[in-house]
Amino acid sequence: MLAMNYRGTRRVRVSQKPMPEILHPQDVIVRVTRSCICGSDLHLYNGNVPDTRVGTTFGHEFTGIVEEVGGDVTKLKVGDHILVPFNIACGTCVFCQQELFGNCHESNPQATAVGGIFGYSHTAGGYDGGQAEYVRVPYANVGPTIIPEGMDVDDAVMLTDVTPTGYQAAEMAGIQKGDTVMVFGAGPVGIMAARCAWLFGAHRVIIIDHVEYRLEFARQYAKCEAYNFRSLGDVVLFAKKTTDALGADVCIDAVGAEAAGNALQTITGRKTLLQAGSATALHWAINSVKKGGIISVVGVYGPTDNLVPIGNVVNKGLTIRANQASVKRLLPRLIEHVQNGVLDPKGLITHRIPLEDVADGYRIFSDKLDNCVKPVLIPPSARM
Amino acid sequence: MEKRPFENNRGSERPDIKGWGIDADPKNDPTYPYKHRNNGEHKGYTWERPPLQPVTVEVLHSNERPNITAVFGTTSPPTGLSGAIRRFAFKYSENSYGHWLPLLLADRVNAVEGVLDDIRHGHFPNIFAEKGYKGKWKHDPAGTAARIGMIVGVAALAFWWFTRDDDDD
Repeated sequence: MLAMNYRGTRRVRVSQKPMPEILHPQDVIVRVTRSCICGSDLHLYNGNVPDTRVGTTFGHEFTGIVEEVGGDVTKLKVGDHILVPFNIACGTCVFCQQELFGNCHESNPQATAVGGIFGYSHTAGGYDGGQAEYVRVPYANVGPTIIPEGMDVDDAVMLTDVTPTGYQAAEMAGIQKGDTVMVFGAGPVGIMAARCAWLFGAHRVIIIDHVEYRLEFARQYAKCEAYNFRSLGDVVLFAKKTTDALGADVCIDAVGAEAAGNALQTITGRKTLLQAGSATALHWAINSVKKGGIISVVGVYGPTDNLVPIGNVVNKGLTIRANQASVKRLLPRLIEHVQNGVLDPKGLITHRIPLEDVADGYRIFSDKLDNCVKPVLIPPSARM
Repeated sequence: MEKRPFENNRGSERPDIKGWGIDADPKNDPTYPYKHRNNGEHKGYTWERPPLQPVTVEVLHSNERPNITAVFGTTSPPTGLSGAIRRFAFKYSENSYGHWLPLLLADRVNAVEGVLDDIRHGHFPNIFAEKGYKGKWKHDPAGTAARIGMIVGVAALAFWWFTRDDDDD
């Protein structure tokens, strides 16, 4: 089968790989119909995530049709068209029982700090991902969900990560009616977080980035204010001035390790890997939020350390909430929102790219070319 | 420098936004609370584990857990020099630089091994294609040309430097 194949920092190709097999009685094999490239895939692509091995297939946002089922699979059958949450969750461990499906303790042998994630390095379990024609999906009775009748597959694939992650960013932020919410990062997750902040009653939603076309996209899609930090000068000073000197009620870090905007962070976090990515957005979030405010972090960082003003967290009495999205927990509500027209996930998709052109897809997305916001890969069989 | 005055603009509703406030009341939101605390942790690692996936490849596991998880990925098991470095890294906990820094080194070594492995199998990797330069050229020809020009220039300079005649005679 055709599959994306990681070859080293900023080098990927499509090549023939063996068909995946049932390795566990709760596995299914899925023929992929859509697979996104996620902003967090770029952390792998750029070589920032330890234990990213050559030969791995990325892709944790995908939909597909069940082709084969393991002996203990009861909730799916051959032919079902499913969306697959990016978390691999057993459903039985103490964390899954508490609906922390992003923190499963039975899906990732290589690290205890993160549950298993499809196609996200051996630090997240060593699974091949969905940027392929076929993929093995473990614990098929737990996470995978049959796409509701009438739902567009492009909406469905956006429910595997982007939409739940954006929604949970707003949820974790504890937004109260009337709040001012600042979102750092106008990538797909940041834009979705801004859109979802309204659902929790925000009065103002402000998004900060430096890529003009994405800021314009955010204004249109999320109906929010959008500012370029390069023209603001001092982002934190802007935050204080626009909130009568108090600071935003809530700040959301939707950037993570690839943040721009601070030379020291860029050199130490992105160029030399002396810290686990550039923590500029988190730094700004801590300094922009009000005393006693809440910071919600969904941006992905590496596993070592980051430079952030932790003293200000103490002195301002801040609450920091963070997690990988618990996709399965959120799906019922989000499916409802999509079906009622409250959310339009597929509206984020700007590029539909043949799987065979995956190297160009990564480059276009990574370098922010052609006004790319969200690229989706389509395998040959799904184009017929 | 930010010139705007200090101003407040909080507190009112936004009926112009579709869906505004519909998830604002936790009682009306089936997703709350986002952690259903049940104190299961107090019983320790005692839950009934799923069936265990047969271990058919070498699986390194964190020393912060006693076992391999019930399922795991089987792609790209450790091999060669990079595999040896990875095995060394897993002697250290996730709390240690001794774990993560060798893994980053192993990734770089693994990339070289990948090129050598390609050549050994008669496939000379098309670095230009793998780096997605076709897509970059299509959407950013000036930037691509500048980058290629810089690479060629640096290579030419290096070639000149190492091949120049140092003999004073």
